[in-house]
Amino acid sequence: MKKILRTSETHPLTWWLNENQDVVWIKEYKKKGGYLAFEKAIKSIAPSEIIKIVKDSELRGRGGAGFYTGVKWSLMSTDENINIRYLLCNADEMEPGTYKDKFLMEKIPHQLIEGILISSLALRVSRSYIFLRGEYIRAENILRQAISEAKKYGYIGNNVFGSNLSFEIFLHSGAGRYICGEETALINSLEGRRANPRFKPPFPASVGVWGKPTCINNVETLSNIPPIILNGVQWYKNLSKSLDTGTKIMGFSGKVKNPGLWELPFGITAREILEDYAGGMNDGLTLKAWQPGGASTEFLTYEHIDIPMDFSSVSRAGSRLGTALAMAVDNTVNMVSLVRNIEEFFSRESCGWCTPCRDGLPWIVFILRDLEKFKGHKDDVKLLEELCYRLGPGKTFCAHAPGAIAPLRSAIKYFRQEFDSCLESSQIINIKFIKGVQPNNKI
Amino acid sequence: MLKEKLNDTFELSNDEKQDILKHKNYYESSRASSIEALKIVQKNRGWISKRALYEIAKILEISASDLEEIATFYSQIFRKPVGRNIIRYCDSVVCYMYGCENIKSFLEKRLDILIGETTKDFRFTLLPTCCLGSCDKAPVIMINDRVYSNLTLQLIAELLESYR
Ligand code: SF4
Ligand code: FES
Repeated sequence: MKKILRTSETHPLTWWLNENQDVVWIKEYKKKGGYLAFEKAIKSIAPSEIIKIVKDSELRGRGGAGFYTGVKWSLMSTDENINIRYLLCNADEMEPGTYKDKFLMEKIPHQLIEGILISSLALRVSRSYIFLRGEYIRAENILRQAISEAKKYGYIGNNVFGSNLSFEIFLHSGAGRYICGEETALINSLEGRRANPRFKPPFPASVGVWGKPTCINNVETLSNIPPIILNGVQWYKNLSKSLDTGTKIMGFSGKVKNPGLWELPFGITAREILEDYAGGMNDGLTLKAWQPGGASTEFLTYEHIDIPMDFSSVSRAGSRLGTALAMAVDNTVNMVSLVRNIEEFFSRESCGWCTPCRDGLPWIVFILRDLEKFKGHKDDVKLLEELCYRLGPGKTFCAHAPGAIAPLRSAIKYFRQEFDSCLESSQIINIKFIKGVQPNNKI
Repeated sequence: MLKEKLNDTFELSNDEKQDILKHKNYYESSRASSIEALKIVQKNRGWISKRALYEIAKILEISASDLEEIATFYSQIFRKPVGRNIIRYCDSVVCYMYGCENIKSFLEKRLDILIGETTKDFRFTLLPTCCLGSCDKAPVIMINDRVYSNLTLQLIAELLESYR
């Protein structure tokens, strides 16, 4: 396994960590140069200039969608008559297989806080919210303490650095439900409503939380802001080995020797991560399939293991980079059962707003359970494909359903024989279809 | 016991009221503080009864149905009595590969309840949860506020003993 030497030059997000990987509290953070970027920004860079720097850095959102952060920021309404705007930090990490935001918040909380402060400055926000997942209790305690430290040191509060600006960071902890991670559902949840997504347009940048312009960024995205401000755009771009700029927290989980996460340059290949960092598969196991970044990304196979991990290469291979925390599936795992588990998750977490998703996902689960128990029906695989189409992009209210069927569709694509062999072993019951009526013996 | 818990004469304690009011003023709107308010009461009483719901709605000055809408949507708000300790086992994909279904059946058998149920002595409630963000240390379960990782059935059995 690779020995990792972290320096501020090469590992801007994680070089703060000390040997024992304790929490980096404010004293240590400041000693290593923390909050200098915020000081620099507030004293010498105009808000519009900060936005330009972030735009030029080509930083892309780290929550999964990969939208350019600078572009998102520049969409924020600059109307002088609006004096309230909000920044929401999306810390509702719940994508199965993802554990990076928790790591950043629990280890280097001040980097996130500094990132929020600089972003608030750029977006002319005085009150920002961290929407934290309810189960992240350790992260909550650490963030609360870090926020009060930053208050004590005068980074949060009124007249920060003698300016006339005031900043406030509000920690909100949620009460469950995956869908809260969707931007507009997050807004509804924060307002104290059911977390159903909202119709777009209007986009949050013009009408967001409490009707005000709102910008929503992921924890890792915001943590990237201080180093960009401090070290400049050129340096940031040079970090990467690919077109996407900067570094990314990537990882491998599953039956590998050393599961974990590491800060790596974009463009590193999945094989390098798996072999050099995660130590390869456990003895006796081989890699059969993998998901590049979370449960809602398409499966890839061993053949794809040499693709560079960046947004465009992974999507060219037919998947999405997602959160870049990859998951290895070994040769002992049956794809039908694995996908059944994934679909149970998505089906349980559907917000129930629109019919294809609310009713389609449980239906998929019924079919997969039947197949798994060798009780399939003749056309089940075809039916699954049909459902993948009905729940596909553009057919539902939000991206939950298309994300949900991505693993299913790709599993059928690459491992069709596993689905078919479930059918072959089934005692096929030939049900008579009545046109337009769903056979209810699935239930 | 259940009967006692469903008792109609319900009143929020002064501390609870103060706490809720504090959050109500802190948030942008009183509706936004509803999740926090529900959590405050649930922390003390384990679950949110119908009476509790009405009382909280009164303090927040929002309609009880708005509050109910929230209480029924979010998975961490309980509308039925639960045990003193909540066990949540992660049933997402990485833990699945590490045998979470064995953990589930082990717990069900050991506690003699099914998923979603509470033991008769109100010691444990068993629930599934999605990925707890510790996939590199799978399998993972959470008991009350603590997360336990790299588990074996043996370790779980020992863990259970430490919760009364
Ligand atoms: S696609 Fe699913 S999660 Fe999204 S709005 Fe429709 S029902 Fe809700
Ligand atoms: S899948 Fe269980 S902790 Fe992530």
